[in-house]
Amino acid sequence: MESAAPSLPLEPLEARHRRESVVQLGLAAATALAALPALAIVFYIAYKGSPALTLHFLTEMPTAGMTQGGILPAIVGTLWLVGVSLLFSVPVGVLAGMYLSEYAGNSRLARLVDMAIVNLAGVPSIVHALFGLGAFVLFLDFGTSILSGGLTLGVMTLPVIITSTKAALQSVPHNFRVACWNLGATRWQTIWHVVLPNALPGILTGVILQVSRAAGETAPVLFTGAAFYLPILPTSVWNQTMALSMHVYALVTQVPKVSEATKYATALVLLIVVLCFNSVAIVLRTYLRRNRRW
Amino acid sequence: MSAAIVVDELSLWYGNFRALDKVSLQVVPGEIMGLIGPSGCGKSTLLRCLNRMNDQSYVRITGGLKVGAYDCMAASTDVLALRRDVGMVFQRPNPLPVSIRDNVLFGLRLHAPRTPRAEQEARMEAALREVLLWDDVKDRLGHDGESLSLEARQKLCIARLLPLKPTVLLFDEPCSALDPDGTAAVEELMRNLAGTYTQVVVTHNMQQARRISDRCAFMLMGELVELGPTAAVFTTPSDERTARYIEGRYG
Ligand SMILES: Nc1ncnc2c1ncn2[C@@H]1O[C@H](COP(=O)(O)OP(=O)(O)OP(=O)(O)O)[C@@H](O)[C@H]1O
Ligand SMILES: [Mg+2]
Repeated sequence: MESAAPSLPLEPLEARHRRESVVQLGLAAATALAALPALAIVFYIAYKGSPALTLHFLTEMPTAGMTQGGILPAIVGTLWLVGVSLLFSVPVGVLAGMYLSEYAGNSRLARLVDMAIVNLAGVPSIVHALFGLGAFVLFLDFGTSILSGGLTLGVMTLPVIITSTKAALQSVPHNFRVACWNLGATRWQTIWHVVLPNALPGILTGVILQVSRAAGETAPVLFTGAAFYLPILPTSVWNQTMALSMHVYALVTQVPKVSEATKYATALVLLIVVLCFNSVAIVLRTYLRRNRRW
Repeated sequence: MSAAIVVDELSLWYGNFRALDKVSLQVVPGEIMGLIGPSGCGKSTLLRCLNRMNDQSYVRITGGLKVGAYDCMAASTDVLALRRDVGMVFQRPNPLPVSIRDNVLFGLRLHAPRTPRAEQEARMEAALREVLLWDDVKDRLGHDGESLSLEARQKLCIARLLPLKPTVLLFDEPCSALDPDGTAAVEELMRNLAGTYTQVVVTHNMQQARRISDRCAFMLMGELVELGPTAAVFTTPSDERTARYIEGRYG
């Protein structure tokens, strides 16, 4: 080998290997730096909050101006809000993503709509909150309610659900579609039988990550559906409700004499709820990936 | 005998680029027509016209084109029905990401979803036998189509057209991804299918065109230069451009 090209000014191999190790080390360091804060947050909150995290805390109403008792209505309220937002954003978002990926083609209008949606995903949540206040609470007269709050969260998560659905569909190889069309399949048959089953893991991942985002955001429900202190469980979408994210905010900034542990325990519960949604996403994805075939 | 395919002064433009220039030819039922010519001369384009895979906004087509009972130029012709009768096989085997059985039955289930189970199984077996694949795969019909060898995958792609009893099979360089054994196997199978189906085969392989086609058409820059019995085209071409191509002077 060495004798293959004696006249070439070959670079010393050690130098190349050394550079390779340096690069590898650098990349690993960056990864550690990225992972560290995330782990630190989780451990810190778990450490501070776990003393107050009891069964009573999870299953009781808050009492004594929120300084005592549990956070049940906030947990239940968050689930209501997320549920309503899902019922709106998943069907609309997935179907719209499907249209953009499979039907809209590459016209100028389609590209424009696409760009609008991508940009919409970057709109701050407080802006969505104001939109929700104007559109749902006031204009449609849904009042400050789970419905208004859920729809606001839905609107906020919609752009990402659309773009991730579209991306998941586009990642299915085009020649599957051509094969189907050549057998005389309609576009919808092609989507239903071939494209969708293979895109499902990706679509679900996108959806569930947005669910956890909806569960965690405070601003969109601030003026639209969340109550500061409402120690009863909601019974319909027309009710106002407490919400975990809002409750953390309230405990930390608005209520005097709340124990540290209570604040952190509430944050911990919020974190756990979000992590639960995410792990559902991961489990579903690995399960569906097993059936994926390329 | 009336022709299975009648192409009459067919021209096609991609935008301003003319890919087909007044091509006229007829394909006899049951024959294998070879389609040869240098890269970019419009072979695939012509093939795609036959099952209307060229329906894009920037494509303009003039002339006449009839495949069996279908008038491909008429807007009213239902492409779903046309494609049921006109199957296409591609250069790269493209089985669908489902089992071997589901691949073969895919088209059947699209067009006749209420076909009884037994009838489905019978048609699947017949199709796999027709492509000489049955003995290979009969014990693993539930396996993935993509788990097969390239050659078997290509056969599977042919087999999945057959349960619908098409009349015309179109092949776009069906062997160019296969090794010599695979090529020989697919050629053998195409010869077996001759007579039952009308076949049009695009190929860059002169030997292959000679071996399998009954008649052969030579295209150059969107034009049909010559069409005749394969032996005649290869031994005594009437056009000088054909002669030069066969001798290997174009790409
Ligand atoms: N979708 C398209 N849009 C624009 N031009 C195209 C399109 N498809 C093909 N062409 C052009 O039309 C001409 C004919 O293409 P075609 O694919 O029919 O050639 P071919 O004979 O099949 O070539 P090859 O042997 O390389 O497959 C080429 O010049 C090609 O660049
Ligand atoms: Mg081609």
